[in-house]
Amino acid sequence: MSERSAIDDQPAQGASGITPPAPVQESALVNAIADKPDSSATDGEFKTVGEYRCQNPYLVAENVDVHYGSNHAIKNVSLEIGKKEVIALIGPSGCGKSTFLRCLNRMNDSIESAVVSGDIRLDGEDIYSKSLDPVVLRARVGIVFQKPNPFPKSIYDNVAYGPRIHGLAADRAELDEIVHSSLERAGLLEEVKDRLDDPGTGLSGGQQQRLCIARTIAINPEVILMDEPCSALDPIATAKVEDLMDQLAQEYSIVIVTHSMQQAARVSRRVAYFHLGHLIEVNDTDTVFTNPEHKLTEDYITGRIG
Amino acid sequence: MTDNSTKAKVEKGLARRRRNELIFRSAGMLATTVGVLFLGVFFFTLIQNGSSAFQQSFVLVDLEFSEDILAPDGELDLEYANFDAIPRNALRAKFPDVTSRSERRELNRLLSISAGYIARDMIEDDPELLGQTVQVWVPAASTVDMLLKGNIDREIVESLRPISDKQIAWVDELVSNERVRKQFNTALFTNGDSREPELAGIRGALMGSFYMLLVTVVLSLPIGAAAAIYLEELAPKNKWADLIEVNINNLAAVPSIVFGLLGLSIFVNWASLPRSAPLVGGLVLALLTLPVIIIASRAAIKAVPPSIREAALGLGASKMQVVFHHVLPLALPGMLTGTIIGMSRALGESAPLLMIGMVAFIVDVPQGLSDPATALPVQIYLWADSPERAFAERTSAAIIVLLGFLLLMNLTAVIIRKRMERKW
Repeated sequence: MSERSAIDDQPAQGASGITPPAPVQESALVNAIADKPDSSATDGEFKTVGEYRCQNPYLVAENVDVHYGSNHAIKNVSLEIGKKEVIALIGPSGCGKSTFLRCLNRMNDSIESAVVSGDIRLDGEDIYSKSLDPVVLRARVGIVFQKPNPFPKSIYDNVAYGPRIHGLAADRAELDEIVHSSLERAGLLEEVKDRLDDPGTGLSGGQQQRLCIARTIAINPEVILMDEPCSALDPIATAKVEDLMDQLAQEYSIVIVTHSMQQAARVSRRVAYFHLGHLIEVNDTDTVFTNPEHKLTEDYITGRIG
Repeated sequence: MTDNSTKAKVEKGLARRRRNELIFRSAGMLATTVGVLFLGVFFFTLIQNGSSAFQQSFVLVDLEFSEDILAPDGELDLEYANFDAIPRNALRAKFPDVTSRSERRELNRLLSISAGYIARDMIEDDPELLGQTVQVWVPAASTVDMLLKGNIDREIVESLRPISDKQIAWVDELVSNERVRKQFNTALFTNGDSREPELAGIRGALMGSFYMLLVTVVLSLPIGAAAAIYLEELAPKNKWADLIEVNINNLAAVPSIVFGLLGLSIFVNWASLPRSAPLVGGLVLALLTLPVIIIASRAAIKAVPPSIREAALGLGASKMQVVFHHVLPLALPGMLTGTIIGMSRALGESAPLLMIGMVAFIVDVPQGLSDPATALPVQIYLWADSPERAFAERTSAAIIVLLGFLLLMNLTAVIIRKRMERKW
């Protein structure tokens, strides 16, 4: 079976490729990998092409495996995330990019069947070590979810929640200051400054997502994880959030999972392509979109794999 | 177009589909109508039987607080004076032709035995009344009340009636002199139980039920809420959790009398808590409502969207902060609704209370958790068992009151749900 026949079974798609069709079969991957001349690895010991290392690494994952019960969701993934770098994780649905993202601040802890092995270090510190409280980790590694999920509380309380539980503000004035500056940095202050006491759930979808970002940056994390933050937003709101990411990249490391290749191209410096639990390729954004090293990456960005 | 086209095939079956729709709809309407009809009959008969109990016949008598009776030694004797003689004399004065001893006794029976106590209370409150004559409305005996309400057939043989021909004649004379009237039956709400229907009230049972529900809610709400939170949010999901879940669901279906037996053996026999006390009743009802509250609370907690938990966890909230800051406020309306529904079930329970001795005849209104008491549904059971005709209408009246409370509680549950429900 040639690689061509395996992949031609997938319906052709436009370059946007946002709507994911059924993921390709494992056999297709094995064939594709086996046929690739520069990849000598088999399924079990697959090696990422490109450069997964980076200069000035801050959040480092080494040989990470994740199992959901009997389902092997992440297979031996290593990836370095640099300081103040935006890295995009792309790949077809079910490829494990969100799972990998959730490992980075131990959100998978709440899924009982999830078993994470390997080594993930934040600034040299093992985040899965017993001595590390996930509460501290999550204050340092914030997350923004796919669907905007503001608390059913006022806009002010939404942003103030993190600083409150972590005791970041000494008094009310300082808390006000944190709330205002967070909303401002999230580009939301102008729109909501007269109605901070209104419920956060009453905002539009794009505003809600920016509120969630404001809520995350209010605790001043070191890394922000974003799990498809714009997939529920319209293009205008998406553009606003992307602008916001550019600004946030001055201060934070950002890991963004996205289905939109344009978005990955616009916001990120590096791109990691996941496929069926493997990290296939990591390269500079330009390289990935103009001259991908791996056949699977090429197929995905040209829309041959959804 | 051939007959083989999709359109033709669909149209062919259309009549049959429409017929089935009609049958389905009619069956649903029929079922609803039957349900509403039964409910209507139930409420109609209940109100028809019970509404008259909220009225009570009173007789106007001229009470003469004569010194001969009250102060035979020249001094007011509140302890041993023959107070009963005052209303009797008043009545006899109205019917001077009654002379024989047996007739006099029959005449005396027109008034409630409480008439003497009324006279005593009056003179105790105001000793100045000594030597004076006062017009007072005193309760008629329950037989008179029943006659006036038309619950006794005048036509049947005298020996089959609780009221004699002569008594009927006297009552008719009092009525024609406008010395009989119907008043709101305050005794029904202010008195405890009594052997005399005209004096029997539901106050004791209401207070008993109140104390019991107090114990029940104080115990079962925190325990039920804590158990639900633990099982839903903190406990590992393994086969033990499944086992506990199955057992809680089973417990909710255990016949209530079994809980009564449990309460009898553990709380009364082993822990030596007082029999017939609202404390024990409340404990038993707490056991009974606990599964209901746990199940309702777990459902309410489950309904809180996981995205809220993730948002809080992602900000670094601890497990407890997630529960208390986010899950509990959102689940509270559902938990309270479940609690109120559990409480209204507890209010209507009678079987387990029979087991722990709350079925006793208790006249005094309970003043605390350990006083002997009975509960509203048990009072209904006791009255329904009484032979006097007047207790029949009081049974219905007590049921109306009980249903009123149940309605109130369920309404509160609906209001809480509507008011506190939050959209996200």
